[in-house]
Amino acid sequence: MTVLEVHDLSVAYGVIEALKGISFAVEEGEIVSLIGANGAGKSTTLRTISGLLRAKGGRVAYKGKEIGKLPPYKIVELGVTQVPEGRRVFTRMSVLENLEMGAYTCRERGGVKAGLKRVFARFPRLAERKNQLAGTLSGGEQQMLAMGRALMSRPEILLLDEPSMGLAPLLVKEVFSIIKEINADGTTILLVEQNAHMALSISGRAYVLQTGEIILSGSASELMQHPEVKKAYLGD
Amino acid sequence: MLIQQIINGLTLGATYALIALGYTMVYGIIQLINFAHGDIFMIGAFIGVAAASIFFHNFFLILIAAMLACTVLGVTIERVAYRPLRRANRLNALISTIGVSIFLETFMTVFKGPQPIGFPHVLNNATYRLGHTEFSSIQIIILLVSILLMVGLQGIVRYTKTGKAMRAASEDYDTASLMGININRVISFTFAIGSALAAAGGVLVGIYFNSVDPYMGVMVGLKAFVAAVLGGIGNIPGAMLGGMILGLAEVFGVAAGFSSYKDAIAFTLLIVILLVRPTGLLGRPLQRKV
Repeated sequence: MTVLEVHDLSVAYGVIEALKGISFAVEEGEIVSLIGANGAGKSTTLRTISGLLRAKGGRVAYKGKEIGKLPPYKIVELGVTQVPEGRRVFTRMSVLENLEMGAYTCRERGGVKAGLKRVFARFPRLAERKNQLAGTLSGGEQQMLAMGRALMSRPEILLLDEPSMGLAPLLVKEVFSIIKEINADGTTILLVEQNAHMALSISGRAYVLQTGEIILSGSASELMQHPEVKKAYLGD
Repeated sequence: MLIQQIINGLTLGATYALIALGYTMVYGIIQLINFAHGDIFMIGAFIGVAAASIFFHNFFLILIAAMLACTVLGVTIERVAYRPLRRANRLNALISTIGVSIFLETFMTVFKGPQPIGFPHVLNNATYRLGHTEFSSIQIIILLVSILLMVGLQGIVRYTKTGKAMRAASEDYDTASLMGININRVISFTFAIGSALAAAGGVLVGIYFNSVDPYMGVMVGLKAFVAAVLGGIGNIPGAMLGGMILGLAEVFGVAAGFSSYKDAIAFTLLIVILLVRPTGLLGRPLQRKV
């Protein structure tokens, strides 16, 4: 089943066109990457899917339902949750409160508790630091918190914006192996990355975005061998 | 004598603090200075007067009636006059707050006349003596009610789901909405609480000075705004601290013989704080978002 379908999406900031009619789809259970350089429109794509930006044209559908006009909180309620670029944890709130915010849409009794249990099982470090202010965490821990926080809403599809940003190589590896685990547990993933090498290594399929247009797409293994991708994004 | 002045200062400061909280909470979330906030305080006082004739002079019922009515008023004003401008330039919404302020003042002038009216007798004003210190029961009630409301507010902001959402939204608006927080509802809630506190301040001040008029919110509102900036705008404990400091500064200024400069004290403080510590006493240094 197609979880997320973006069709001919265009977004503009004033007169500057950030996305010029891009189309892509994410099937259930996949990890799909959107790779591209700084300013290619990757974050714009995710922000539009999440409802923070309004499209100028085209449509975004979640499980066949148009979501392009919905406010962000409705989109989260449906099951589309984003881990924003730069982690954006609430630095003046405790780790626990951050996670509770992630579960804001949760209405069932005991749902928050169950969510905390799941997240703490995956990120034991967060359990150790649950009463600490999120601003005092290291960059890696903040990334864990941002992902844990997003998982609290039990998303069907997780949108990750540059999870490797500003992290040491060893931590990047850890973050990506966690993304794989999250996917293995049944969450579909749309990943946006500048670090094309890491992104392609865990993705099934990928799209290459350049100045607001998708210039290439295919399976991750194909793209890794593609001369243009190698030259421009893999540094070979 | 000193204790006497401190009590007077804290009484005045507590009312500034109640009003300052509304400025600071709204600013914290939508970076808007709501210049109509002082007028909500004024409307609260008028509703207190009106309620006094209905509720047989029961102080607490009057207080609650004024708070509830202003909650509705505050939420409605946000809905009608500020929300449609949310995505426009910030200046537009600011001008809208000034428009609402003028509207409320003019409306009440037409409706009730410009002359101050007295507040019906609802509290017995006993005076207590402790050595050389004199304080009235009204002062004690103002202090107690204000402190209770502020403790209640802290409880809401710290421990309730909506209170936490308020803090999240004030730290990072976009990310809060990515959590599934309905930001519009949080903003309405913020206006509701801020307006209720201002209404309480209006009733207390109305009773304390036994005077209610359509322009009573102008100077008090400006001073409460100064208190919010003094404490660090956007910071809730800062607004409480700023209110108290401002109240004490005014009372001590008057005691020191500067009574004709009473209103200037607040604005001198504002200038000094903006020069020395522009983010306020408890405000965080400006951060650049990357």
